[in-house]
Amino acid sequence: MSIASAITYKIPRRRHPAVQFMLHQPLGAAGLLFIVAMAFAAIFAPWVTPYDPLTVDYAGMLAAPSWQHWMGTDSFGRDVFSRIIYGARTALAVGFLASLAGSTLGAIIGVISAYFGGKIDLLIQGIMDVLLSFPIIVLALVVVAMLGQKIILGVDVNLIIAIGIPMVPRVSRVVRASALAIRELPYIDAARAAGFSNTRIIFRHMVPNVVAPYLIMLTAYVAQAILSEASLSFLGLGVTEPTASWGLMLSGSAADFYQQAPWMIVFPGLAISLAVFAFNLFGDSLRDWLDPKIKI
Amino acid sequence: MKTLRVFAGFLLALLSICAWSAAAPVDGGVLKFAVGAEPPNYDCHAQSSFAFIHPVRPHYSTLLKFDAANYPKIIGDLADSWTVAKDGLTYTFKLRKGVKFHDGSTFSSEDIKATYERIRKPPPGVLSLREEGYADISGIETPDPSTVVFRLKKPNASMLANFASPWDCVYSAAKLKQDPRFPERNIMGTGPFTFVEHVAGSHWTGKKFDGYFEKGKPHLNGYIALFVAGAPMVNALAAGEIMAEFRGHSPADRDRLVKALGDRAVVQESPWVCSLVVTFNTKKKPFDDQRVRKALSLSIDRWGGAQALQKIALVRHVGGLLRPGYDLALSEADLVKMPGFSKDISTSRAEAKKLLADAGQPNLTFTLTNRNVPMPYTPVGVFLIDQWRQIGVNVRHEQLETKLYLAAQQKDSPTFDAAVDFNCDYMDEANLQLQKYLSHDKSAINYAGQTDRVLDDLYDKQSGELDRKKRIGLLREFEKRALEQNYTIPTIWWHRIVITNSKLKGWHITPSHYVGQDLADVWLD
Repeated sequence: MSIASAITYKIPRRRHPAVQFMLHQPLGAAGLLFIVAMAFAAIFAPWVTPYDPLTVDYAGMLAAPSWQHWMGTDSFGRDVFSRIIYGARTALAVGFLASLAGSTLGAIIGVISAYFGGKIDLLIQGIMDVLLSFPIIVLALVVVAMLGQKIILGVDVNLIIAIGIPMVPRVSRVVRASALAIRELPYIDAARAAGFSNTRIIFRHMVPNVVAPYLIMLTAYVAQAILSEASLSFLGLGVTEPTASWGLMLSGSAADFYQQAPWMIVFPGLAISLAVFAFNLFGDSLRDWLDPKIKI
Repeated sequence: MKTLRVFAGFLLALLSICAWSAAAPVDGGVLKFAVGAEPPNYDCHAQSSFAFIHPVRPHYSTLLKFDAANYPKIIGDLADSWTVAKDGLTYTFKLRKGVKFHDGSTFSSEDIKATYERIRKPPPGVLSLREEGYADISGIETPDPSTVVFRLKKPNASMLANFASPWDCVYSAAKLKQDPRFPERNIMGTGPFTFVEHVAGSHWTGKKFDGYFEKGKPHLNGYIALFVAGAPMVNALAAGEIMAEFRGHSPADRDRLVKALGDRAVVQESPWVCSLVVTFNTKKKPFDDQRVRKALSLSIDRWGGAQALQKIALVRHVGGLLRPGYDLALSEADLVKMPGFSKDISTSRAEAKKLLADAGQPNLTFTLTNRNVPMPYTPVGVFLIDQWRQIGVNVRHEQLETKLYLAAQQKDSPTFDAAVDFNCDYMDEANLQLQKYLSHDKSAINYAGQTDRVLDDLYDKQSGELDRKKRIGLLREFEKRALEQNYTIPTIWWHRIVITNSKLKGWHITPSHYVGQDLADVWLD
């Protein structure tokens, strides 16, 4: 027996990252599961829902939850369960797109601000400070009131912009902090010394290194975007009837009939709460999971 | 027997006294009521919203007015009496004497002349929304301070009722001479209440005018109009913080208020001279095609919709161009013969589908522009979209803030496809309600953009026809053509529900939320 054969290295078996995430972040995994289920239901809504969410049935107005209508019907006789499933489409579409737009723009601005520093940083951060001084919903209200509606492929683009803009300064701040540290690293100096353009350094060398905070913010702001969409629709500035939207389901005739038909507000309210809770759980867990300092 | 008769007589007298004392107005107190929005300026002649009339009307008088308790009876306000010449071309008014403006100046026929000249021929920079309504007046004469004579170019069936318009606030001739735009920023009338203050976003306050010309009135010491709407308004009414909101409540609000107020809730309901109509942009394809417009009208189940929507919205009555119940309106038997009003909706929808196919629009898609005022615009919008879906039409719903909504229809080259529009007036009068259906160049409130001289001609003929039977015949012709062409189509007429606190007395509901709001006869028990 040779010495070489006697010394055997047993490589520790590594679980799949998804399994590791589930084991270490069970709450986050539960959140993710809910999000996946919600996305599944939203995508396959026509097959999942028992009724067309837009079909008015005046004979079945304000019907209480039953086997026919699991979550009852609204004041137009529309099935609440079907509208909640279709409402998930609106929530996820607006939530993801607004968060993606706001977080991406915020991340780029944050990296540019950190990379150039000096007066450019001062100017950008000054603008961000002004935007930060407005509460999210107030800023979104102003933007949506100014822009009105613009539907492209069934999605209100201006609503997405309105919800995305308040995210920009917040994401920019977080990403800038990470980018400031990256800017001082030797490989950035090396890239500069090699004569790479600023654009190349920013997008090829800095942006990929701020992906972790970007992803965390992106996830966290999906919840915020869902909440903003619901709030704006509730205030009559977001999605319009008869489109199924959770916020819209809480406004209008729901306010008139909440005593007579409490299911009209309970189920959409629950849907908003659970979706926001799920995204927050997942976002928090993702932060912990991606943060090397917290990892065991 | 005699003793019994005496006792019965005594009892009757006692009951009469009790009844009289229960109904006798009580002086004093300040009335608090809600108004859902604020007036943009203070000029009656340039306004058309309840948000203006409810807080401002108590400061002004008009030449004539509607008797709210006996609507549509017309009574004198500043006019003491009047005569109409047999040919319908001369209206002579004898005015009340001793009437004072709030600044102490004396009212005379010159003030009436200056007011109506301003309405029918507004000077540059002054907006008058009712210029057209007085176009038949050829001249106004003031033979003495208490007489005013209106001369007409041709008879006008609605002219007397026009003089009772709540929008025709009488202004001081002297003030108008100094500045024709004086009423835009100042309140100075002869009405039962003087102006105290307008705190933007909060309230409007009026104080009893001691020099009011009707002795013993007003009964209130003053009023406060609070600018509050929606749930906070209903809550305030339920809590007894305010006594009324005079525009109207939804059936759900009515039920909630009745439950909250119990015996203190006084519910008054009335048909409403208000309807939602759909206007098609006839300058835009495919709405320039009569077949498309007719198909969209045919597919609406107005009878079924009215039955259902009345449970959730303040709409209830099916009618044509004139309010059902108005003596010049179509009877139900005649109405069901009109296109779009048949009770056999399956046949109507089959015809609608065929018309769309013939017009090359089997898969029509368009945007319905609507106002973002929930009641009743949203429920009616949802209803219409559902009705059109049933003939395969796909509709996108666009709900805009009032200013944008009006601009979308009123701009020179509107780009909207179809819009939910309102047609509300202060009285049942064909001359008012039919203006929406006249050619675009003849009517400032026609947003369909069509030119139809047949309708214009029929309108002029019926307007000048003083023989009621002949006028009805002309109206039927007008309605038949309008409902066949479908430039603008009626949907469902509104139903007014007003809940007041039982402490509020002397206020009577009418089919218009613009009428009966001078508060001269109102008191607090």
